[in-house]
Amino acid sequence: MGNKSSFPCPHDLETIPGTEGWERMYPYQYQFVTDDEERRTYEADAFWFYDGLHYPEPLCPFDTIWDEAWYLALSQNNTRVFSVPPVFGVDHRIINGYPYISPVPVKDPKVVEARVAHFMERAGYYYSNWAELEANWEAKMRSTIDSLEKLKIPTLPELEDISFVTDGLGESSGYHLLRAYDQLIDLGIRCWQYHFEFLNLGYAAYVTFLDFCQKIFPDIQAQRVTQMVSGIDVIMYRPDEELKKLARLAASLGVDASLSGNPRLADVQGVMKGSENGRKWLAAFEEARYPWFNISTGTGWYHHDRSWNDEPDVPLSSICMYAEKLRRGESLDRPLEAIRKERDSITAEYRALIANEQDRAAFDQLLNTAKTVFPYVENHLFYVEHWFHSVFWNKVREVSRIMVEHGMIEDVEDIWYLRRGEIKDALWDMVTAWATGVKPRGAFTLPKEIGWRKEVLQKFREWSPPPAVGTAPEVIQEPFTIVLWGVTNESLKSWSDIQDCDDPDNIRAFKGFAGSPGTVEGKARVCRTVEDICRLEAGEILVSPTTSPSWAPVFSKIGACVTDVGGVMSHAAIVCREYGMPAVVGTGHATKIIKTGQMIRVNGSTGEITIL
Amino acid sequence: MSIQSPHVRWFSDCDSNMIEEVGGKCSSLGELIQAGVRVPPGFAVTTAAYREFMSANTVLCEVEAMLAGIDHDDIARLETVSQEIRERIQQTPFSTRMEDEIAHFYTRLSLVCCMPATPVAVRSSATAEDLPGASFAGQQDTYLWIRGVDDILDRVRRCTASLFTARAIAYRQKMRFRHTDVGISVGVQKMANSFTAGVMFTLNPSNGDRSSVVIDANFGFGESVVSGEVTPDQFRVNKVSLEVMERNISDKTILYTVDHKAHKTVKAEVPDERRKVQSVTDEELTELARMAKAIERHYGRPMDIEWAIDKDMPKGSNVFILQARPETVWSGKDGAASTAVGGTSSPLDHILANMLAGKKLVH
Repeated sequence: MGNKSSFPCPHDLETIPGTEGWERMYPYQYQFVTDDEERRTYEADAFWFYDGLHYPEPLCPFDTIWDEAWYLALSQNNTRVFSVPPVFGVDHRIINGYPYISPVPVKDPKVVEARVAHFMERAGYYYSNWAELEANWEAKMRSTIDSLEKLKIPTLPELEDISFVTDGLGESSGYHLLRAYDQLIDLGIRCWQYHFEFLNLGYAAYVTFLDFCQKIFPDIQAQRVTQMVSGIDVIMYRPDEELKKLARLAASLGVDASLSGNPRLADVQGVMKGSENGRKWLAAFEEARYPWFNISTGTGWYHHDRSWNDEPDVPLSSICMYAEKLRRGESLDRPLEAIRKERDSITAEYRALIANEQDRAAFDQLLNTAKTVFPYVENHLFYVEHWFHSVFWNKVREVSRIMVEHGMIEDVEDIWYLRRGEIKDALWDMVTAWATGVKPRGAFTLPKEIGWRKEVLQKFREWSPPPAVGTAPEVIQEPFTIVLWGVTNESLKSWSDIQDCDDPDNIRAFKGFAGSPGTVEGKARVCRTVEDICRLEAGEILVSPTTSPSWAPVFSKIGACVTDVGGVMSHAAIVCREYGMPAVVGTGHATKIIKTGQMIRVNGSTGEITIL
Repeated sequence: MSIQSPHVRWFSDCDSNMIEEVGGKCSSLGELIQAGVRVPPGFAVTTAAYREFMSANTVLCEVEAMLAGIDHDDIARLETVSQEIRERIQQTPFSTRMEDEIAHFYTRLSLVCCMPATPVAVRSSATAEDLPGASFAGQQDTYLWIRGVDDILDRVRRCTASLFTARAIAYRQKMRFRHTDVGISVGVQKMANSFTAGVMFTLNPSNGDRSSVVIDANFGFGESVVSGEVTPDQFRVNKVSLEVMERNISDKTILYTVDHKAHKTVKAEVPDERRKVQSVTDEELTELARMAKAIERHYGRPMDIEWAIDKDMPKGSNVFILQARPETVWSGKDGAASTAVGGTSSPLDHILANMLAGKKLVH
């Protein structure tokens, strides 16, 4: 056994004063426990790392829905559907609002062996029918989104419409509301079932190619390998392309004058309505919105990540930036051709360096498989986290609005402080009270509880979650853990080093994963919100907890990108490679160490960051 | 450099097919130039020049007479005859024409090197049939830091004479090679006046990775690196992108430099302020890696290369390759990676094998 990394025991963490009882905000199985000896031992011996990639801030109780959804979906596919031989699922816990996850190994070699045949049959079927199944997936996904968009959230009228009587319906709007809420939640869970249909296998194929390359070229960096798979058209770039198209259209119609500075959509609409060509442009703008503006300004995982459709001034300001570039005679094209050319030349050079034919044949096969799975790995984000989620959050707000009307909660945005099960209970309370003609009990209890939870979450936000707790294993076999979360020996060490550092202000140099090659020096801008993103100036270096696809427009403006969390397959790394700009990802604490305005050097080839 | 002469040949006009004419050393320098890399400029005094020299002055006949019936086991006798022959050769002047040709090439060389009477290395370059004999220590004569035509002509004669050391004679007698059949060429090459020098491998010697070039460097001549007297700076350059991926700057205590009066290299201490300074610039590292790549491609196998950065030459033409040999340690291990994946065939097999192997987290 090697020396174990020193991470705190999950049961020793102290409750933040004033948050006692916080556990009731989350499903009970998410607690680390001490009263059940068997479970306590399991928890202490397992390795739990903080999923900062998806959760840069603590979860509001309702937002736990996606964590529960993928807890189920990822795990069921590993364990029960594809029978991934050496790993079961990924277990989840929450500490002070922050999710921690732990891959569960299959410990008995006989069980591993027994799972192999099933895996070969099942995974083999998916790999060999990938294109067909992927097309089928897209149809299922679109139909799920369509059902969501069509889902009506009925309000509770003083008196039911006469049609309830004349149609002999025998039901009420109260029952319809309860049913609609169930359907809404069900659609969300279903969407996440599909989210993981291909993802486990996709990552497994990707990791295999990566590992194979590292076996034949021990010095090769993961990003060089992923570079060999870059330059493939994926749907995630489409929203950004739509903005560019609108900028070009405005220029060609001669109506781009109002597209400058930071105008409000209403002002631009006012000007555009005044001319024939302006109306044409507005029509194109409206057409692009559905579905392409269903893109979150965050990662899509939080209720507060609003979409471009919710805040059209955000994409509008990007359109204005593009229009400005066009007026200066600059090109808006992603250097896709150059990137493909570089990809092909790098691939050919490495391929030529392979010492024997057998390895070269394996290289070709695995590269092809990686290229096959790559579009899904990136595209599912658009359908699930962006399109579906953007519509979903607003449907929940419709439910919330009814609860506000009935005095259950004070504000539409208060609903997020209740778990989805608690909301169901509250709706029953509200609907029966409505039916009965009395005041719901929750009208008294819920606002008080929500007020307390807001304070607790504020305390959680001020707390720094440790990068990991429990006992680090010797070997990790779970395909997501390394590529997506970037959990390796080195990253854990550097995370705990920085965690242990008394004075983060004194750190002048640190390392992350080399995400995208090249070296750039520039002024740092630490961005945590979409408002911060809007302040980015040309050539600045974006430093953020993680990045969102909706930030695509800023990638044509920044000089480099640094993130706290993420592996070489994280969004930031992928996008930077597509834009040919340096990126260092998975630094652990870049947003804490770097201050806006500091000059920094980002070496995306070695993963080094230096504060100058 | 357009003058054509059977007696003298620029390295840049040589290649690996000319061992017969310019010997192994000069032909391999020519081959490096054909590979697209820069070597310290110079020229070969050819075997044709040798033969003409030997026959024009009746030297050859005399040598034959002196060696007639000699016993390869009679060491004392061999030694005396060898001495006589070498003296005879060293005292014999070249023809005026040949002297002129060599002087002309030397003048041109000094012009190219931007230095009048540029210091050169004069060394013998043995031909194929003499190569096994050449492995005897001392037979490959090398004279360093030679300046001026007269000194050069003198050293060329000495190198020529080295064909008749006692051991070389004994070897040919024993192998029944005719002394009149052998030939020798002499290389005259600009002394690399190294600011920095070292060795490099076209793979990573620590793990066999062929996508890396690993470069060892120290100030001064390469001797300190080759002999292991100093821990050199070590750099790892990505062979594909030519980026410097890793640098280990060591504390370099000693270096080799030239004593111009004694015509030899001498050991010296590295001044304190330079000891922990990177001995080669990133630009030069990129250029070296580019050359390493070209050499490997040209020879079609991993190579082990000696190099120098010349302080006399202007920037941009100062990175020199001195020598390149096939790498032997890792090159013999071809196929190691493929056995590591167990001869599997389909992508799914690879994926499964990979999952089962997992990732080491704690070492």
